[in-house]
Formats: sequence, C-alpha cells, structure tokens
Amino acid sequence: MESESLGIVEPKFFQFKENFELESGKILKGFEIIYETYGELNKEKSNAVLICHALSGNHHAAGFSQDEQDKPGWWNELIGPNKAFDTNKYFIVSLNNLGGCHGSSGPSSIDPETSKPFGKNFPLITVKDWVKSQDLLRSHLGLDFWHAVAGGSLGGMQALQWAIDFGGRIKKSIVIAAAPKLSAQNIAFNEVARQAIVTDPDFDQGSFHPKRGLGLARMLGHITYLSEEMMKEKFGRDLKKEEYEYGFDVEFEVESYLRYQADTFSDKFNAHTYLLMTKALDYFDPSRDYANDLNKALEKTTSDFLILSFSSDWRFAPERSKEIVNALISSKKSVSYAEIKSHQGHDGFLFPDKRYVQSIKTFLKK
Amino acid sequence: MNDILKSWIPKNSEVLDLGCGDGSLLASLKDDLDISGYGVDISEKNIELSLGKGLNVIEQDIDAGLDNFMNSSFDIVIMSQSIQALKKPENALKEIVRIGSECIVSIPNFANLKCRIQLALTGKMPVSKALPHEWYSTPNLHLCSLKDFESLCEKLNIQVIERKLIRNDGKHSIFMKFFPNLFTEVALYKLKQKL
Repeated sequence: MESESLGIVEPKFFQFKENFELESGKILKGFEIIYETYGELNKEKSNAVLICHALSGNHHAAGFSQDEQDKPGWWNELIGPNKAFDTNKYFIVSLNNLGGCHGSSGPSSIDPETSKPFGKNFPLITVKDWVKSQDLLRSHLGLDFWHAVAGGSLGGMQALQWAIDFGGRIKKSIVIAAAPKLSAQNIAFNEVARQAIVTDPDFDQGSFHPKRGLGLARMLGHITYLSEEMMKEKFGRDLKKEEYEYGFDVEFEVESYLRYQADTFSDKFNAHTYLLMTKALDYFDPSRDYANDLNKALEKTTSDFLILSFSSDWRFAPERSKEIVNALISSKKSVSYAEIKSHQGHDGFLFPDKRYVQSIKTFLKK
Repeated sequence: MNDILKSWIPKNSEVLDLGCGDGSLLASLKDDLDISGYGVDISEKNIELSLGKGLNVIEQDIDAGLDNFMNSSFDIVIMSQSIQALKKPENALKEIVRIGSECIVSIPNFANLKCRIQLALTGKMPVSKALPHEWYSTPNLHLCSLKDFESLCEKLNIQVIERKLIRNDGKHSIFMKFFPNLFTEVALYKLKQKL
C-alpha cells in the first residue's frame, strides 16, 4: 500500500495552571505542554495512541512543521497513513516532555519569578513525572484511556511506567529498545556526557550556551546509538583526502560525521534539557518503589505488552528487553516479544524495518 | 491428534507451548478450553502468525535454555512435534518437566514400518508425509523411536503418565497395541518429573 505524508502539522498547547508536584518533592507552578495530533479520534474515543519521545526527541514526530518543510518529524517513517502507527485508524498524540526545549515548559522557558530563563533552576523531572503530566494531557483531550502508549528507548520506559502507574487507562503498552533500568555502563556514558557539558567554560550557571560541551555529549551519545557493524559499513576507515595528514584536523569520514552531528545538534538543543533528560534516564527504575522487585512492580499492570528489541543494539541490548519480558511472564501478564534483526544498533527503532512495522500493526489490532 | 491433546488439558489451564509454530494449536486451546499462556518460537514468521491470532508469543531459542521460566510455573508445557528439531532435546526434556506440572510431548516415530521398509529397500533415508524432508535439509536433527524416547525418559527420571499412539491421520490401529514401535507414526506422551 502507498504511504502518504501527513503534510504540514500544527502544534497545539495544553496549559496546566495548578501546582504540579514532582517525584523529587519540588513543585512546578503550572506548566505548558506542546503536542501534535495525527489522525482522527473515533466516536467511541477508543483509538488514541500516545507516542513518547526519547532523549533528544520532541512533539514533532510526524509530518512537516511550518518552519521546517524539508525535514519530517523524527518518527515520520512509522507514523502516517498505512504506516506502523496508521493515522487512518488511530488518533496519535505526540508531545514534548516537561523539561524539553521544543515548546514545553523546561529550562529554556521564562521563570516568572526572575523573568529570565529557568536554566539550571528548572527542577529535575523523572519518567514518573512525565507519565503523570501525560495523564493530565489525556484528561485534557477528553480521553478515558489510551488504546496504546508506545515509545523507543527512553520513550519505551515511559510506556512501561504508564502500565505500572495508570494500569486502567492504557490497553496496550509498546516498549521498544528499552531497559527496566540503566546499567552502570549506561549511567557512566550519561555522566561523561554531562561532564562534557558542565565543564565547558561557556556553561557558566546556565546563562550561556555551552556549544562545545553539548556537541561532545552528542558525539558520545551518537556512538552508542550505532552498532560497530553499521559504522564499519557507513564509514569504514575512509579518509576525506587520500593521504594521512599527520595532524588533528578531520581526516576520517567518521570524524567528519560526528563533528557534523555535534554541530547541528548543539545549535538547536538546550544543554540543561540534555542534562535533565540523561538524569531522568539514570533515575528510571520502576522496581525501586517495589523493594527492587520488577515482578512486583508489574504485578498490578493490566495492559497487553509488546516488547521489541534490535539485535545489534548494545546501548539497551535485547537481554535488557528480555528482563522486562521475563518479569511479565513471571507475573503471568499478557506479553509478546520479538527481537528484530537489524544492523542499525540502538537507532534501529527509528527505521521502518518490515518486520518491525508489521509487529506493531498486528499488535495494535490484536 | 489435537483431540487427544485437548482431552489431556484441563479447562483454564496455564499453558506454555514450546515450538508453537503458527500458533494454531494454542489458539484452538484458547477457544475451546479457555487456557491462558504463551507460545514460544524461534521463527520470525511464526511469531508474526501467532501474534496475528491474538496470542502471547515470545521469540526465544529453546536450545539456548529455558531458565527464564520458573519451576512449576505452568500447568501444562507442550512440545508438539518440535523436540526432534532441537539441538539439545535432552536438556529441553529436563527443563520442561521442571517448568510444567505436566508435559505433553509428541514425537514422530522413526522406527515405524514405512521408515524401516524405505531404509531397507532403497538404502536411503526415509522421506514420508510426516517427515517430508531430505536428510540434508531436514530441520529434524534428532529423530528417535518410541523405545529411544522412553529410555531417555527413564534415564531422566521422568514418568510417562499416559501414552497415545496414532497414525499420521490421527487414527489408532490395533497393530499398534501389539507392535507399538513398528506401527506407530506419531506418539503422544503425557509426562511428569518423578518425585
């Protein structure tokens, strides 16, 4: 079937004016969430699907935005007519999480008390907080429940947390390329990324933009998103010029690629948001509230789970997804699991692999 | 064959179907006996087909181990015509009696008369409706006879609670009663770990 584009999509805003208590105990005095919707809500209001974004994602998941008409949303390959998340069938909602830098309340928003951007004063937000704010968005949209909540990586963790915190308001949970909590190695990578940012002389209390540090953090992150195989295939040891130059300028193609990624990313992303998102990842551990027992954390869930992993993902390897699967089996929950063969590493979840797309389609219909 | 299987499975059982194929057995158990549970398979296509039938299905290599399933966590573990395709059938057999209160295993009998005649007369590996593959492309790595299977059960301290012998068309014949290892084409076993 031909897949069409969603065309230009206009973002919407949800304003919450009451105090919002965070897991840390801090209070956000109201917030704003930017979101987009694709497809139509049916009469029964039973076809809404929430998409949760990962570390550097945002609300603009599909279609084109007014300002960027040449580059589609980050999950455009999977959301749209006849795609994995079929907008002919489902009403898709995608938001920018609190703490983000694409329009929702976050470090780059103006603090009403100082009339300056919050910067480092924006409180740390956890996955649990996000899910709670997403539940307020659900209620704002007049929905009793989500047909499904889905996401990859940090987004998948939100889909899992949804099932745990709001079992009755979610029918299906699609957890892609995720983990039940970060390993020491995962946290270590995040810490190096944070140190790159906070030790940049331009970091200075958040009033400046630590472009170099943020760029470095992105470079490091990017390496962990790709598989060695894919890097070999994409860059190998290719040189930009034929001969070695015996210097420190860009020589290998892979260097050039990473520097380009660093450059474009650090121009548009907020360093404090990056710090906050990596902390949200580090803190994520739903079993913590249940005596470190994931089985117990999942005991009350009532949704149907689809857990998907990618064979070459080493950031959140298939074994990590299986931890979730095994805990769900132990508590006899409804769960299906597939390991998608892919050479794209962690980033695999962004690409429309045929089997991957079909699994999501079939599961949403199930 | 499925009728025999069904008669061995109590209603509302929790079932683990190892090597669930396209999921049709599990789906019919779900419809007829209201069972709950999971299918396990290694083939991408089977995962998709099972998912399409609304089943819980887990992609997993049985030969890589089953230690993610806890002791006595299922009422019934089924291995229907799949044990002979495993690399380590002995391991699997040990594991399933640990996981299931009872297990149902069905095997194609390689010592049945047709196989014996083919091998004796043509001098070539038997190819039949039940075992349609050539020796070089068969997924069936560990074919055995009833005697072979039962002596392995004995060795592993596994009790045969019940045994049903049939032809490929699902029927029993009187000859099987007297010469089971010669006339049986498919054998179904209900097993459990001896205490």
